[in-house]
Amino acid sequence: MHWTDYIAPLMEGAWVTVQLTLYSTVLGTVLAFAAGIGKLSPNWIIKGVSVAYIEVFRGTSLLVQLFWLYFALPLAGAAIGIDLRLPPVIAGVLALGLNIGAYGAEVVRGAIQAVHNDQHEAARALNFSARQTLFNITIPQAIPEMMPSFGNLAVQNLKDTALVSLISLGDLTFRAEQIRNFTQDSTTIYSMLLFTYFGMALVVTAAMRLLERYVTRWRTVGG
Amino acid sequence: MTDTTNPIIKFDKVIKRFGDLTVLNELDFEVKRGEKVTIIGPSGSGKSTVLRILMTLEGIDGGVVAVNGEPLWHEQGPDGLRPASEAHLRKMRGQLGMVFQQFNLFPHMSVLRNITEAPVKVLGLSKAAARERGLELLELVGLSDQADKYPHQLSGGQQQRVGIARALAMRPSILLFDEPTSALDPELVGEVLTVIGRLAEEHDLTMLLVTHEMRFAREISDRVCFFDQGQIREEGTPEELFTNPSEARTREFLQAVLD
Repeated sequence: MHWTDYIAPLMEGAWVTVQLTLYSTVLGTVLAFAAGIGKLSPNWIIKGVSVAYIEVFRGTSLLVQLFWLYFALPLAGAAIGIDLRLPPVIAGVLALGLNIGAYGAEVVRGAIQAVHNDQHEAARALNFSARQTLFNITIPQAIPEMMPSFGNLAVQNLKDTALVSLISLGDLTFRAEQIRNFTQDSTTIYSMLLFTYFGMALVVTAAMRLLERYVTRWRTVGG
Repeated sequence: MTDTTNPIIKFDKVIKRFGDLTVLNELDFEVKRGEKVTIIGPSGSGKSTVLRILMTLEGIDGGVVAVNGEPLWHEQGPDGLRPASEAHLRKMRGQLGMVFQQFNLFPHMSVLRNITEAPVKVLGLSKAAARERGLELLELVGLSDQADKYPHQLSGGQQQRVGIARALAMRPSILLFDEPTSALDPELVGEVLTVIGRLAEEHDLTMLLVTHEMRFAREISDRVCFFDQGQIREEGTPEELFTNPSEARTREFLQAVLD
Protein backbone atom coordinates (compact mmCIF):
# COMPACT_ATOMS: atom_id res chain seq x y z
CA MET A 1 0.00 0.00 0.00
CA HIS A 2 1.18 3.47 -0.83
CA TRP A 3 1.19 6.08 1.98
CA THR A 4 -1.47 8.11 0.16
CA ASP A 5 -3.85 5.19 0.68
CA TYR A 6 -3.67 5.86 4.43
CA ILE A 7 -5.02 9.39 4.08
CA ALA A 8 -8.71 8.57 3.69
CA PRO A 9 -9.07 6.32 6.78
CA LEU A 10 -6.87 8.70 8.82
CA MET A 11 -9.07 11.65 7.88
CA GLU A 12 -12.10 9.68 8.94
CA GLY A 13 -10.50 9.21 12.34
CA ALA A 14 -9.38 12.83 12.43
CA TRP A 15 -12.99 13.93 12.05
CA VAL A 16 -13.94 11.89 15.13
CA THR A 17 -11.03 13.48 17.00
CA VAL A 18 -12.20 16.95 15.98
CA GLN A 19 -15.72 16.25 17.25
CA LEU A 20 -14.44 14.76 20.49
CA THR A 21 -12.21 17.77 21.05
CA LEU A 22 -14.97 20.24 20.29
CA TYR A 23 -17.65 18.64 22.46
CA SER A 24 -15.37 17.92 25.40
CA THR A 25 -13.87 21.42 25.29
CA VAL A 26 -17.35 22.95 25.37
CA LEU A 27 -18.36 20.66 28.23
CA GLY A 28 -15.08 21.39 30.00
CA THR A 29 -15.56 25.15 29.67
CA VAL A 30 -19.05 24.98 31.19
CA LEU A 31 -17.75 22.81 34.05
CA ALA A 32 -14.70 25.06 34.53
CA PHE A 33 -16.88 28.14 35.03
CA ALA A 34 -19.38 26.30 37.22
CA ALA A 35 -16.76 24.79 39.52
CA GLY A 36 -14.39 27.79 39.41
CA ILE A 37 -17.18 30.15 40.47
CA GLY A 38 -18.58 27.50 42.82
CA LYS A 39 -15.27 27.22 44.63
CA LEU A 40 -15.54 30.93 45.52
CA SER A 41 -19.15 30.62 46.71
CA PRO A 42 -19.94 31.57 50.31
CA ASN A 43 -22.41 28.65 50.29
CA TRP A 44 -20.42 25.75 51.72
CA ILE A 45 -22.42 23.05 49.91
CA ILE A 46 -21.72 24.59 46.49
CA LYS A 47 -18.13 25.20 47.51
CA GLY A 48 -17.76 21.63 48.81
CA VAL A 49 -19.14 20.04 45.65
CA SER A 50 -16.87 22.23 43.50
CA VAL A 51 -13.75 21.47 45.51
CA ALA A 52 -14.55 17.72 45.54
CA TYR A 53 -15.07 17.66 41.77
CA ILE A 54 -11.87 19.60 41.07
CA GLU A 55 -9.71 17.51 43.39
CA VAL A 56 -11.08 14.13 42.28
CA PHE A 57 -10.64 14.79 38.57
CA ARG A 58 -7.27 16.49 38.89
CA GLY A 59 -6.05 13.83 41.27
CA THR A 60 -6.81 10.77 39.17
CA SER A 61 -5.59 9.61 35.79
CA LEU A 62 -7.65 10.48 32.72
CA LEU A 63 -7.15 6.96 31.42
CA VAL A 64 -8.56 5.49 34.63
CA GLN A 65 -11.51 7.92 34.55
CA LEU A 66 -12.21 6.84 30.98
CA PHE A 67 -12.04 3.12 31.82
CA TRP A 68 -14.16 3.68 34.90
CA LEU A 69 -16.92 5.43 32.96
CA TYR A 70 -16.85 2.91 30.12
CA PHE A 71 -16.18 -0.40 31.87
CA ALA A 72 -16.88 0.02 35.59
CA LEU A 73 -19.94 2.28 35.60
CA PRO A 74 -22.17 -0.15 33.63
CA LEU A 75 -21.27 -2.95 36.05
CA ALA A 76 -21.92 -0.72 39.05
CA GLY A 77 -25.23 0.24 37.45
CA ALA A 78 -26.13 -3.39 36.78
CA ALA A 79 -25.47 -4.22 40.42
CA ILE A 80 -28.18 -1.77 41.48
CA GLY A 81 -30.42 -2.47 38.51
CA ILE A 82 -29.87 0.64 36.39
CA ASP A 83 -28.61 0.62 32.82
CA LEU A 84 -25.56 2.87 32.89
CA ARG A 85 -23.92 1.61 29.70
CA LEU A 86 -22.55 4.59 27.81
CA PRO A 87 -21.80 4.69 24.10
CA PRO A 88 -18.01 5.14 23.62
CA VAL A 89 -18.48 8.69 22.29
CA ILE A 90 -20.42 9.77 25.37
CA ALA A 91 -17.94 8.10 27.73
CA GLY A 92 -15.07 9.76 25.86
CA VAL A 93 -16.59 13.24 25.83
CA LEU A 94 -17.59 12.93 29.49
CA ALA A 95 -14.17 11.78 30.68
CA LEU A 96 -12.31 14.39 28.63
CA GLY A 97 -14.71 17.19 29.55
CA LEU A 98 -14.76 16.35 33.25
CA ASN A 99 -10.98 16.19 33.29
CA ILE A 100 -10.30 19.40 31.41
CA GLY A 101 -13.08 21.14 33.35
CA ALA A 102 -11.34 20.40 36.64
CA TYR A 103 -8.10 22.00 35.43
CA GLY A 104 -10.03 24.86 33.85
CA ALA A 105 -11.88 25.52 37.11
CA GLU A 106 -8.62 26.46 38.80
CA VAL A 107 -7.84 28.83 35.92
CA VAL A 108 -11.27 30.45 36.27
CA ARG A 109 -10.94 30.76 40.04
CA GLY A 110 -7.46 32.24 39.82
CA ALA A 111 -8.45 34.78 37.15
CA ILE A 112 -11.52 35.89 39.11
CA GLN A 113 -9.47 36.34 42.26
CA ALA A 114 -6.86 38.32 40.34
CA VAL A 115 -9.34 41.09 39.48
CA HIS A 116 -8.25 44.08 41.53
CA ASN A 117 -10.12 44.89 44.73
CA ASP A 118 -10.62 48.45 43.43
CA GLN A 119 -13.17 47.04 41.04
CA HIS A 120 -15.12 45.35 43.82
CA GLU A 121 -15.15 48.57 45.81
CA ALA A 122 -16.41 50.56 42.83
CA ALA A 123 -19.13 47.95 42.26
CA ARG A 124 -20.11 48.07 45.92
CA ALA A 125 -20.23 51.87 45.90
CA LEU A 126 -22.60 51.69 42.92
CA ASN A 127 -24.74 49.22 44.86
CA PHE A 128 -24.36 46.24 42.53
CA SER A 129 -25.38 42.96 44.18
CA ALA A 130 -22.77 40.24 44.61
CA ARG A 131 -24.18 38.37 41.61
CA GLN A 132 -24.27 41.48 39.41
CA THR A 133 -20.69 42.28 40.41
CA LEU A 134 -19.56 38.77 39.49
CA PHE A 135 -21.24 38.63 36.09
CA ASN A 136 -20.99 42.28 34.99
CA ILE A 137 -17.73 43.45 36.51
CA THR A 138 -15.49 40.59 37.61
CA ILE A 139 -15.91 37.84 35.03
CA PRO A 140 -15.66 40.08 31.93
CA GLN A 141 -12.34 41.34 33.27
CA ALA A 142 -11.17 37.87 34.31
CA ILE A 143 -11.84 36.18 30.95
CA PRO A 144 -8.87 37.77 29.14
CA GLU A 145 -6.63 36.50 31.96
CA MET A 146 -7.95 32.99 31.44
CA MET A 147 -7.33 32.86 27.71
CA PRO A 148 -3.64 31.83 27.57
CA SER A 149 -4.27 28.98 30.02
CA PHE A 150 -7.45 27.97 28.24
CA GLY A 151 -5.46 27.83 25.00
CA ASN A 152 -3.02 25.40 26.60
CA LEU A 153 -5.83 23.31 28.00
CA ALA A 154 -7.60 23.10 24.63
CA VAL A 155 -4.43 21.79 22.94
CA GLN A 156 -3.88 19.43 25.86
CA ASN A 157 -7.44 18.21 25.42
CA LEU A 158 -6.94 17.58 21.71
CA LYS A 159 -3.92 15.41 22.44
CA ASP A 160 -5.70 13.61 25.28
CA THR A 161 -8.41 12.45 22.87
CA ALA A 162 -5.92 9.81 21.66
CA LEU A 163 -6.72 7.88 24.84
CA VAL A 164 -10.28 7.16 23.68
CA SER A 165 -8.89 4.79 21.06
CA LEU A 166 -8.48 2.44 24.02
CA ILE A 167 -12.26 2.14 24.41
CA SER A 168 -12.50 1.24 20.71
CA LEU A 169 -13.64 4.66 19.55
CA GLY A 170 -12.63 5.20 15.90
CA ASP A 171 -10.58 8.34 16.40
CA LEU A 172 -7.35 9.31 14.64
CA THR A 173 -5.11 7.15 16.82
CA PHE A 174 -7.48 4.18 16.57
CA ARG A 175 -7.45 4.35 12.76
CA ALA A 176 -3.68 4.62 12.71
CA GLU A 177 -3.40 1.53 14.90
CA GLN A 178 -5.72 -0.36 12.55
CA ILE A 179 -3.66 0.51 9.49
CA ARG A 180 -0.43 -0.34 11.28
CA ASN A 181 -1.73 -3.75 12.33
CA PHE A 182 -2.61 -4.40 8.75
CA THR A 183 0.50 -3.04 6.99
CA GLN A 184 3.22 -3.10 9.69
CA ASP A 185 4.35 0.24 8.20
CA SER A 186 4.96 1.82 11.62
CA THR A 187 7.32 4.64 10.59
CA THR A 188 5.04 6.08 7.92
CA ILE A 189 1.85 5.69 9.91
CA TYR A 190 3.18 7.18 13.15
CA SER A 191 4.86 10.03 11.28
CA MET A 192 1.60 10.87 9.57
CA LEU A 193 -0.15 10.61 12.92
CA LEU A 194 2.30 13.06 14.50
CA PHE A 195 1.87 15.58 11.71
CA THR A 196 -1.91 15.33 11.74
CA TYR A 197 -2.09 16.00 15.50
CA PHE A 198 0.41 18.81 15.11
CA GLY A 199 -1.62 20.39 12.30
CA MET A 200 -4.78 20.15 14.36
CA ALA A 201 -3.02 21.67 17.37
CA LEU A 202 -1.96 24.61 15.19
CA VAL A 203 -5.59 25.14 14.20
CA VAL A 204 -6.72 24.99 17.84
CA THR A 205 -4.00 27.48 18.84
CA ALA A 206 -4.99 29.85 16.04
CA ALA A 207 -8.66 29.59 16.98
CA MET A 208 -7.86 30.37 20.62
CA ARG A 209 -5.79 33.38 19.52
CA LEU A 210 -8.76 34.73 17.59
CA LEU A 211 -11.03 34.14 20.55
CA GLU A 212 -8.51 35.85 22.82
CA ARG A 213 -8.37 38.85 20.51
CA TYR A 214 -12.17 38.99 20.57
CA VAL A 215 -12.54 38.91 24.35
CA THR A 216 -9.72 41.42 24.92
CA ARG A 217 -10.79 43.91 22.25
CA TRP A 218 -11.71 46.50 24.92
CA ARG A 219 -8.06 46.54 25.99
CA THR A 220 -6.68 47.34 22.59
CA VAL A 221 -9.35 49.58 21.08
CA GLY A 222 -7.89 52.85 19.87
CA GLY A 223 -4.34 51.59 20.37
CA MET B 1 -36.81 68.55 63.90
CA THR B 2 -36.29 70.02 60.46
CA ASP B 3 -33.84 69.01 57.79
CA THR B 4 -31.55 71.91 58.52
CA THR B 5 -30.93 70.89 62.13
CA ASN B 6 -31.07 67.12 61.69
CA PRO B 7 -27.63 65.95 60.52
CA ILE B 8 -27.61 63.80 57.39
CA ILE B 9 -24.41 62.12 58.62
CA LYS B 10 -23.71 61.45 62.26
CA PHE B 11 -20.77 59.55 63.77
CA ASP B 12 -21.39 58.76 67.43
CA LYS B 13 -18.28 57.59 69.32
CA VAL B 14 -17.19 55.52 66.34
CA ILE B 15 -14.22 53.22 66.81
CA LYS B 16 -12.30 51.62 63.94
CA ARG B 17 -9.27 49.43 64.38
CA PHE B 18 -6.93 47.75 61.90
CA GLY B 19 -5.28 45.11 64.06
CA ASP B 20 -3.56 46.92 66.92
CA LEU B 21 -3.91 50.28 65.24
CA THR B 22 -6.86 52.42 66.30
CA VAL B 23 -7.74 54.51 63.26
CA LEU B 24 -10.87 56.16 64.62
CA ASN B 25 -10.87 56.77 68.33
CA GLU B 26 -14.44 57.43 69.52
CA LEU B 27 -15.02 59.84 66.69
CA ASP B 28 -17.94 62.25 66.93
CA PHE B 29 -18.70 63.95 63.65
CA GLU B 30 -21.74 65.49 62.01
CA VAL B 31 -22.59 66.80 58.58
CA LYS B 32 -25.74 68.79 57.85
CA ARG B 33 -27.85 68.28 54.77
CA GLY B 34 -26.39 70.14 51.81
CA GLU B 35 -23.22 70.99 53.67
CA LYS B 36 -19.83 70.86 51.89
CA VAL B 37 -17.28 69.56 54.37
CA THR B 38 -13.60 69.04 53.75
CA ILE B 39 -11.47 66.74 55.85
CA ILE B 40 -7.78 67.51 56.02
CA GLY B 41 -5.00 66.01 58.07
CA PRO B 42 -1.80 63.98 57.98
CA SER B 43 -1.84 60.57 56.27
CA GLY B 44 -2.93 57.80 58.60
CA SER B 45 -5.17 60.17 60.55
CA GLY B 46 -8.31 58.27 59.54
CA LYS B 47 -9.62 60.73 56.94
CA SER B 48 -10.27 58.24 54.18
CA THR B 49 -11.55 55.69 56.68
CA VAL B 50 -14.46 58.01 57.48
CA LEU B 51 -15.48 57.98 53.81
CA ARG B 52 -14.91 54.24 53.43
CA ILE B 53 -17.10 53.51 56.48
CA LEU B 54 -19.87 55.68 55.01
CA MET B 55 -19.60 53.91 51.65
CA THR B 56 -19.83 50.59 53.53
CA LEU B 57 -16.41 49.51 52.31
CA GLU B 58 -15.18 49.20 55.90
CA GLY B 59 -17.12 48.09 58.98
CA ILE B 60 -16.85 49.68 62.40
CA ASP B 61 -15.70 48.27 65.73
CA GLY B 62 -17.76 50.47 68.03
CA GLY B 63 -20.22 53.33 68.19
CA VAL B 64 -22.99 54.14 65.71
CA VAL B 65 -22.92 55.75 62.29
CA ALA B 66 -26.25 57.22 61.18
CA VAL B 67 -27.18 58.38 57.70
CA ASN B 68 -30.37 60.40 57.40
CA GLY B 69 -31.23 59.48 60.98
CA GLU B 70 -30.98 55.73 60.39
CA PRO B 71 -28.11 53.56 61.64
CA LEU B 72 -25.84 52.51 58.74
CA TRP B 73 -23.95 49.57 60.19
CA HIS B 74 -26.80 48.47 62.47
CA GLU B 75 -30.46 47.77 62.14
CA GLN B 76 -33.27 47.70 64.65
CA GLY B 77 -33.75 44.21 66.06
CA PRO B 78 -36.11 42.94 68.78
CA ASP B 79 -33.47 43.60 71.48
CA GLY B 80 -32.13 46.90 70.19
CA LEU B 81 -29.51 47.45 67.50
CA ARG B 82 -27.90 44.49 65.78
CA PRO B 83 -25.26 44.37 63.02
CA ALA B 84 -26.65 45.34 59.63
CA SER B 85 -27.59 42.69 57.08
CA GLU B 86 -26.45 42.97 53.48
CA ALA B 87 -30.02 43.93 52.54
CA HIS B 88 -29.94 46.84 55.00
CA LEU B 89 -26.54 47.97 53.74
CA ARG B 90 -27.80 47.83 50.18
CA LYS B 91 -30.79 49.96 51.04
CA MET B 92 -28.65 52.53 52.89
CA ARG B 93 -25.89 52.57 50.25
CA GLY B 94 -28.28 53.98 47.67
CA GLN B 95 -28.07 57.37 49.38
CA LEU B 96 -24.32 57.62 48.93
CA GLY B 97 -21.91 57.86 46.05
CA MET B 98 -18.12 57.81 46.00
CA VAL B 99 -15.36 59.19 43.83
CA PHE B 100 -12.14 57.21 44.24
CA GLN B 101 -8.54 58.32 44.30
CA GLN B 102 -7.65 55.83 41.56
CA PHE B 103 -10.92 56.47 39.65
CA ASN B 104 -11.76 52.73 39.68
CA LEU B 105 -13.52 52.90 36.32
CA PHE B 106 -14.55 49.61 34.73
CA PRO B 107 -11.88 49.09 32.05
CA HIS B 108 -14.00 46.73 29.93
CA MET B 109 -16.84 49.21 29.46
CA SER B 110 -17.08 52.32 27.34
CA VAL B 111 -17.24 55.65 29.12
CA LEU B 112 -21.01 55.89 28.65
CA ARG B 113 -21.56 52.31 29.78
CA ASN B 114 -19.47 52.97 32.92
CA ILE B 115 -22.09 55.57 33.78
CA THR B 116 -25.25 53.75 32.66
CA GLU B 117 -24.51 50.21 33.89
CA ALA B 118 -25.51 50.74 37.52
CA PRO B 119 -28.62 52.86 36.78
CA VAL B 120 -29.83 50.09 34.45
CA LYS B 121 -28.86 47.08 36.58
CA VAL B 122 -29.36 48.49 40.08
CA LEU B 123 -32.01 51.19 39.72
CA GLY B 124 -33.88 49.43 36.90
CA LEU B 125 -33.80 52.38 34.52
CA SER B 126 -34.55 51.66 30.88
CA LYS B 127 -31.49 51.71 28.61
CA ALA B 128 -32.81 54.81 26.85
CA ALA B 129 -33.41 56.69 30.09
CA ALA B 130 -30.00 55.70 31.45
CA ARG B 131 -28.35 56.76 28.21
CA GLU B 132 -30.06 60.12 28.36
CA ARG B 133 -28.97 60.58 31.97
CA GLY B 134 -25.44 59.46 31.08
CA LEU B 135 -25.13 61.90 28.20
CA GLU B 136 -26.41 64.74 30.38
CA LEU B 137 -23.81 63.95 33.01
CA LEU B 138 -21.05 63.69 30.43
CA GLU B 139 -22.00 67.16 29.31
CA LEU B 140 -21.89 68.34 32.91
CA VAL B 141 -18.31 67.09 33.29
CA GLY B 142 -17.37 68.33 29.82
CA LEU B 143 -16.81 64.95 28.15
CA SER B 144 -19.70 64.70 25.68
CA ASP B 145 -17.32 63.78 22.87
CA GLN B 146 -15.75 60.86 24.78
CA ALA B 147 -18.87 58.72 25.36
CA ASP B 148 -17.74 55.81 23.20
CA LYS B 149 -14.10 55.77 24.28
CA TYR B 150 -12.72 53.27 26.77
CA PRO B 151 -11.17 54.44 30.06
CA HIS B 152 -7.60 53.62 28.98
CA GLN B 153 -7.96 56.06 26.08
CA LEU B 154 -8.58 58.98 28.45
CA SER B 155 -6.22 61.10 30.53
CA GLY B 156 -6.32 60.76 34.31
CA GLY B 157 -8.27 63.98 34.65
CA GLN B 158 -10.84 62.84 32.12
CA GLN B 159 -11.11 59.46 33.84
CA GLN B 160 -11.80 61.13 37.16
CA ARG B 161 -14.50 63.29 35.59
CA VAL B 162 -16.10 60.10 34.30
CA GLY B 163 -15.81 58.76 37.86
CA ILE B 164 -17.74 61.78 39.11
CA ALA B 165 -20.41 61.39 36.43
CA ARG B 166 -20.71 57.68 37.25
CA ALA B 167 -21.31 58.43 40.94
CA LEU B 168 -23.83 61.17 40.12
CA ALA B 169 -25.80 58.87 37.81
CA MET B 170 -27.09 57.02 40.87
CA ARG B 171 -28.54 60.32 42.19
CA PRO B 172 -27.02 60.05 45.66
CA SER B 173 -27.87 62.65 48.29
CA ILE B 174 -24.34 62.42 49.70
CA LEU B 175 -21.24 62.40 47.52
CA LEU B 176 -17.91 61.30 48.97
CA PHE B 177 -14.61 62.33 47.38
CA ASP B 178 -11.59 60.31 48.50
CA GLU B 179 -8.55 62.37 47.49
CA PRO B 180 -9.95 62.80 43.98
CA THR B 181 -6.91 64.58 42.59
CA SER B 182 -4.06 62.83 44.42
CA ALA B 183 -3.34 60.39 41.59
CA LEU B 184 -3.33 63.06 38.89
CA ASP B 185 -0.48 64.85 37.17
CA PRO B 186 -0.39 68.45 38.41
CA GLU B 187 -1.60 69.91 35.12
CA LEU B 188 -4.75 67.75 35.24
CA VAL B 189 -5.83 68.67 38.76
CA GLY B 190 -7.55 71.91 37.71
CA GLU B 191 -10.12 70.36 35.36
CA VAL B 192 -11.29 67.94 38.07
CA LEU B 193 -11.48 70.63 40.74
CA THR B 194 -13.49 72.83 38.39
CA VAL B 195 -16.10 70.08 38.05
CA ILE B 196 -16.23 69.45 41.80
CA GLY B 197 -16.47 73.19 42.43
CA ARG B 198 -19.40 73.46 40.04
CA LEU B 199 -21.16 70.60 41.86
CA ALA B 200 -20.58 72.31 45.19
CA GLU B 201 -22.65 75.23 43.96
CA GLU B 202 -25.68 72.95 43.64
CA HIS B 203 -27.20 73.20 47.07
CA ASP B 204 -28.99 69.90 47.44
CA LEU B 205 -25.93 67.65 47.30
CA THR B 206 -24.13 66.96 50.56
CA MET B 207 -20.40 66.72 49.86
CA LEU B 208 -17.69 65.22 51.98
CA LEU B 209 -14.23 65.68 50.58
CA VAL B 210 -10.84 64.37 51.67
CA THR B 211 -8.13 66.33 49.93
CA HIS B 212 -4.67 67.83 50.09
CA GLU B 213 -5.69 70.75 47.87
CA MET B 214 -5.86 73.37 50.59
CA ARG B 215 -6.68 76.32 48.38
CA PHE B 216 -9.54 74.44 46.82
CA ALA B 217 -10.82 73.29 50.22
CA ARG B 218 -10.87 76.88 51.30
CA GLU B 219 -12.85 77.97 48.25
CA ILE B 220 -15.63 75.39 48.24
CA SER B 221 -16.10 74.26 51.85
CA ASP B 222 -18.68 75.41 54.35
CA ARG B 223 -16.60 73.75 57.03
CA VAL B 224 -13.13 72.26 57.28
CA CYS B 225 -12.21 69.53 59.76
CA PHE B 226 -8.65 68.84 60.79
CA PHE B 227 -8.22 65.15 61.58
CA ASP B 228 -5.42 63.90 63.74
CA GLN B 229 -4.97 60.52 65.42
CA GLY B 230 -8.49 59.31 64.74
CA GLN B 231 -10.30 62.35 66.02
CA ILE B 232 -11.28 65.81 64.87
CA ARG B 233 -8.63 68.01 66.41
CA GLU B 234 -10.15 71.21 65.17
CA GLU B 235 -12.97 72.34 62.90
CA GLY B 236 -14.44 75.58 61.66
CA THR B 237 -15.13 77.68 58.61
CA PRO B 238 -12.27 77.74 56.12
CA GLU B 239 -11.58 81.32 57.20
CA GLU B 240 -11.16 80.37 60.86
CA LEU B 241 -9.19 77.21 60.30
CA PHE B 242 -6.78 78.40 57.65
CA THR B 243 -6.09 81.93 58.89
CA ASN B 244 -6.39 81.52 62.61
CA PRO B 245 -6.08 77.91 63.79
CA SER B 246 -6.30 77.65 67.55
CA GLU B 247 -4.50 74.32 67.96
CA ALA B 248 -0.72 74.08 67.70
CA ARG B 249 -1.04 70.74 65.87
CA THR B 250 -3.25 72.34 63.19
CA ARG B 251 -0.79 75.22 62.70
CA GLU B 252 2.05 72.74 62.37
CA PHE B 253 0.21 70.73 59.74
CA LEU B 254 -0.94 73.73 57.73
CA GLN B 255 2.54 75.19 57.77
CA ALA B 256 3.96 71.92 56.47
CA VAL B 257 1.47 71.53 53.60
CA LEU B 258 1.16 75.17 52.60
CA ASP B 259 4.92 75.63 52.19
